[in-house]
Amino acid sequence: MAAESGKIDPMHQFEVAPMGGGFELGGQEILFTNSALWMAVAAVLLGVFMVGGMKRSLVPGRWQAAVEGFTTFISSMMTQSIGSEGRTYTPYVFSLFMFILFCNLVGMLPLGVFGLHPFTATSHIAVTGVLALLSFSIVLVVGFWKHGLHFFSLFVPQGTPKAMLPLIVPIEFISFMIRPFSLGLRLFVAMTAGHLLLKVLSSFVIGGMNADTLWLGSIVSLLSFTLMIGISALELLVAAIQAYVFALLTSLYINDAVNLH
Amino acid sequence: MDAEAAKLIGAGLAAVGAGISALGVGNVFSSFLEGALRNPAAADGQQGRLFIGFAAAELLGLLAFVVAVLLIFVV
Repeated sequence: MAAESGKIDPMHQFEVAPMGGGFELGGQEILFTNSALWMAVAAVLLGVFMVGGMKRSLVPGRWQAAVEGFTTFISSMMTQSIGSEGRTYTPYVFSLFMFILFCNLVGMLPLGVFGLHPFTATSHIAVTGVLALLSFSIVLVVGFWKHGLHFFSLFVPQGTPKAMLPLIVPIEFISFMIRPFSLGLRLFVAMTAGHLLLKVLSSFVIGGMNADTLWLGSIVSLLSFTLMIGISALELLVAAIQAYVFALLTSLYINDAVNLH
Repeated sequence: MDAEAAKLIGAGLAAVGAGISALGVGNVFSSFLEGALRNPAAADGQQGRLFIGFAAAELLGLLAFVVAVLLIFVV
């Protein structure tokens, strides 16, 4: 029957592998992994992209127009959801958005053709969870710093009857505390699911080519390959949408902390 | 029933949740499009709300996926 070499482990792409030696810190081994490498690649590309576009010329060229497109997009989103105070938090949300976007897109690069396998850093909850916790702690710090203990009125929606308070406050509290979890989980699962789907489809392509049938195998391969191209385009869209959703939700949560509600 | 078989059946049932959340996501965008075609001038200002609804509906489908993955690989 079919050749055994067609068997592909779709989870292998998410394996964090150490690259080169590390050092020990407090009993923990600190290693430079492929996850760290591709995060660094994303950061370097982001730096090059930003520095190349920050020219301040009156009539922007193509590159500068691209960078300005991103900056105006985020800053208009911030003023729309927070108001004039949103400008204070624009740098944070902008770096968050661009970093997640570049991590997602770098993970989609078809460099496997050259034997270089890109790693999607955002497909691990260890990475997205830290980003989500960062956003959440900014919300907490800003909220308590601006409003003091009055920040707890966030858990009491306006016009709640007194009798409903024992029910409403726990629900609001839970929905507030679950935010970093849902924020990190959404990004990590969306990236994981997409890459998993691509690898499963690619195993169909390879399995179809190795199959011992006359022509049925190649038809399966061709159909799977066509579907793969479509799903890759969809994944590019998802990479952008997930970065946008992360930034949008962060701006909404910061809005809760700045303006209460 | 074999425990392994029960796990796989549970993972399959969790996939139903992903499909149902597809209904939710589709509903979000279809309702937006309906409203946007009636009043195109107001559509651009509502894009943020569109994506909040999308994110909330999508999260539940992703949670179903997580349940399936946990059942297969962790439990």
